[in-house]
Amino acid sequence: MIDDTTLDHLGRLARLAIDPAARPRLAADLDRILGLFERLKALPLEGVAPLAHPHEQCASLRPDAVTDAGGVDALLALAPESQGGYYLVPKVIE
Amino acid sequence: MTAPPPVALAALARGLAERSYAAGSLVELALERAARAQSGLNALITLAPERARVDARRAHQHLASGTAGPLAGIPFAHKDLFCTRGLATSCGSRMLHGFVPPYDATVVERLDGAGAVCIGKANMDEFAMGSSNEHSHYGPVRNPWDPGRVPGGSSGGSAALVAAGVVPFATGSDTGGSVRQPAAFCGITGIKPTYGRVSRWGMVAFASSLDQAGVLARSAADCALVLSVLAGHDPRDATSVDRPVDDYVGALAEGVAGRRIGVVRQYFGAGVDAGVATAVRGALAVLERAGARLVDVDLPSLEESIAAYYVIAPAEASSNLARYDGVRYGHRCADPRDLADLYSRSRAEGFGPEVQRRILVGTYVLSAGYYDAYYGRAQRVRRLIAQDFARAFAEVDLLAGPTAPTTALPLGSSDADPAALYAADVNTVAVNLAGLPGISVPAGFVGGLPVGLQLVAPAFAESRLLAAGHALQQGSDWHRATPAAHWYG
Amino acid sequence: MSAAMDSAWEAVIGLEVHVQLATRSKLFSGASTAYGAEPNTQASAIDVALPGTLPVPNAEAVRLAVRLGLAIEGSIARQSVFARKNYFYPDSPKGYQISQFEQPIVADGRLAATLGDGREFVVPILRAHLEEDAGKSVHDAFHAATGIDLNRAGTPLLEVVTTPALHSAAEAVAWLHELHRLVRWLGVCDGNLQEGSFRCDANVSVRPRGATALGTRTEIKNVNSFRFVEKAIEYEIERHIREREAGRAIVQETRLYDEAQHRTLPMRSKEDAHDYRYFPDPDLPPLPVAEALVESERLALPELPRARHRRYVAALGLSDYDAGLLTQERALSDYFEAVLARLPGDAKLVANWIQGELAAALNADQRSVAATRVSATALADLLARIKDGTVSGKLAKDVFAAMWAGEGGADAVIAARGLAQVSDDSVLVAAIDAVITAHPAQVGQFRAGDDKVFGWLVGQAMQATRGKANPQRLNELLRLRLLPPL
Repeated sequence: MIDDTTLDHLGRLARLAIDPAARPRLAADLDRILGLFERLKALPLEGVAPLAHPHEQCASLRPDAVTDAGGVDALLALAPESQGGYYLVPKVIE
Repeated sequence: MTAPPPVALAALARGLAERSYAAGSLVELALERAARAQSGLNALITLAPERARVDARRAHQHLASGTAGPLAGIPFAHKDLFCTRGLATSCGSRMLHGFVPPYDATVVERLDGAGAVCIGKANMDEFAMGSSNEHSHYGPVRNPWDPGRVPGGSSGGSAALVAAGVVPFATGSDTGGSVRQPAAFCGITGIKPTYGRVSRWGMVAFASSLDQAGVLARSAADCALVLSVLAGHDPRDATSVDRPVDDYVGALAEGVAGRRIGVVRQYFGAGVDAGVATAVRGALAVLERAGARLVDVDLPSLEESIAAYYVIAPAEASSNLARYDGVRYGHRCADPRDLADLYSRSRAEGFGPEVQRRILVGTYVLSAGYYDAYYGRAQRVRRLIAQDFARAFAEVDLLAGPTAPTTALPLGSSDADPAALYAADVNTVAVNLAGLPGISVPAGFVGGLPVGLQLVAPAFAESRLLAAGHALQQGSDWHRATPAAHWYG
Repeated sequence: MSAAMDSAWEAVIGLEVHVQLATRSKLFSGASTAYGAEPNTQASAIDVALPGTLPVPNAEAVRLAVRLGLAIEGSIARQSVFARKNYFYPDSPKGYQISQFEQPIVADGRLAATLGDGREFVVPILRAHLEEDAGKSVHDAFHAATGIDLNRAGTPLLEVVTTPALHSAAEAVAWLHELHRLVRWLGVCDGNLQEGSFRCDANVSVRPRGATALGTRTEIKNVNSFRFVEKAIEYEIERHIREREAGRAIVQETRLYDEAQHRTLPMRSKEDAHDYRYFPDPDLPPLPVAEALVESERLALPELPRARHRRYVAALGLSDYDAGLLTQERALSDYFEAVLARLPGDAKLVANWIQGELAAALNADQRSVAATRVSATALADLLARIKDGTVSGKLAKDVFAAMWAGEGGADAVIAARGLAQVSDDSVLVAAIDAVITAHPAQVGQFRAGDDKVFGWLVGQAMQATRGKANPQRLNELLRLRLLPPL
């Protein structure tokens, strides 16, 4: 059951501002979607291991070589706000 | 007057090589058709004529000097979630409106290397989340068979372009059916390869353990030709499988003689339209006549596939989309008050409602206290589904059923209950959960709207799928039909 | 801390050390890990988290993790799992950090350390896991903004986590020094604290002495020197005790050490406990570690510093202090071993020279052992000449200086400068007799029982030979000549 507290919590975790006017509809939609998952609870799943990757494969590794040499300008140019080679965000206080 | 039946891709390529068609002519034709069809179909987000002409000229040089790749000079479109260096890549989202990647996806590199000419970026459901292509920041795409209906999604733009005859093929991506279902709704052929068969490097991620690049084209033979260019190991993708690529084109002639096709009971569930079921059984009869043997099979865990998929895919998406925060690229809100405001407002403005819903669902099912009940259980169901498929494939060579329970829905249906729409993906999602290859081939019409037959094969048995699709298309004409409407004059 | 507090409470400390692995490129991308580059010049498309980019693990990072895992007697997982730790922060570009959660590459393990008073203690290690580092924030260089540099983002780290088995700041620092020495010894990490290659976080709690349950803990982060780690932990223990004795509950939080004010303070922007929503990274299938890799690393493991220290004391007879100095750094220790191989049985002599002349010369030139201007073989040659009497120990220092300056090997320098020791009795006696004749007063004092003046007389005789007299022979002959006439 998605209530206001849960919506607040999810919005914070996901860094998504939720328009107050949209809340009721959103909560109702989320409830219906979560309703699709109810059937999972009753399934007999003891002894079944989770499947994270479809195939029995291991990650391929790469050799320790510096292959990326610069191109900084192209990447930094994509940023909405940058200065002096740094990406900028509103001041963070630690 | 109906448009002339489409020419096979191989024939087009041959025609270019033999100079039967002037080198840039196919590209010019495609550009012109794309421009004319755009207002009616809205199938493209970006049309790139200058770039296409440059590429066409290069293809011409290669053709002249005999160094051309297998698709030299052939026009096509990329779904707008493949990063194309120097060309806007939006993923159908305001979040990436105007984003120009500084690099090419592997899929892009390979088609470029084959000489194919990209004319533009196809419209899609935002970040590949949707089954109707109505969730795009750039507006809905219309089905060439009926402009009041959706083309399917999320690769709706790609499907519409091919169905309307603008380009002979387009790339798509398939996470829960997003290549196969639009292919079905638009009366064309769409293949999703085995997970790991085609590199995901540069393909913007939705759900990383489910996403695969796919091909939409007019026939299984055309798909085979394009897939043979795309498939192969890529060290830049740790999930890419290092395994030789089969000769897909050569295998087409194998047909279906002696193949056992398992007709999946769960794929003919209560939600499946009677007309669709009839059409699909008709297509299966064609395969029988071509030598296949039909067997009824039961995959009980498929009934849980929607629940499992809609836990896992949004969970992975919620994490994959966390990078969109207005800091290094993409949409940034104006005058953020502080960091928290920067994040939450940029993301609320940049993402459409369907994406936001899925991010919230995904966050929920991974969150403390809920992980075991939802994500943990969904991953276990995933294993059961994979096991069901494996058991079935010990008895049969292919599995079959309708690709989608209905024909193309009317525009505006997605305004209804999202949960109900999710349920319509029941025939396609399990294939992604198990990482298997699947194809949708035209199987007739109901009320003038296309129906798709889905075939599923064991991992890395794309040849078997393509051969079966080809056999169906040699014994039927549905794939040659074109929409009555003239989308480009 | 008062003795009364001491006995009533027990401090319980667990350590988490982020060891930056000494690779050339990052854990998941080919960007360089070199320190000090201009901002964002070592951040590739993968590190900036561009859409569509994917991680591929660095094989050398895996090798180094296996090496350390074996050295701490841990068990190496033949398959371990990368997991996503999801949280939003500007220095974490993907919005998640790729780490390891339920199945780390190294499980269990142990590492012993020794306190100043000689007490040895063993700390069980819970796990060591691979993860990528975050970028850096610069807070004071921009108007109303924070600048983000992603050069460090993606650098490979191995996080070593102990059980809460330490009970004092002294233990914590001793253990950290031990781990620091080990990772440098193995070439796994350069251990540069200033550059952030070795970062220590401490989890601190207290409980009534005798209790078994753990008290609420606080975490101290971002302390960049061993000295401050010790002070911070001491402060925090006292603070916990103070609060608990006053009846106040400890707030579980992360704190920073304020070096100026000598106290810990709560971190401000850290929110109430993160929900990291760990799940296996779908972009990364399980990480394989081949048997062959484990075996080759096991075979290649050098004698570890603690074992070597023990051997130096037990088998070579070196003092604990000397053994400690000679096992601080592998290169120096290996140098010592190379010289010792030429002069077995002279461990003390070799040790003195390495801690003395060699160390001083290296320091003066700011050279590492690897860049020494006198090789182990060359030094061994010189020490051999001391042993066989060719040159006195004192003059040998001048020879060393000349060798360091590039004048050649020991024999060449000795010959060129005519420094060979005089052991010819007739020459020595002549010098001695001259001294005795010149200094009758001091001779008289000696014969009267003043033994101290003997040293002065030796010095005079040595000067007369311009320092080249063989000291033992000079001593013997002088004593003989000073005996009163019969």
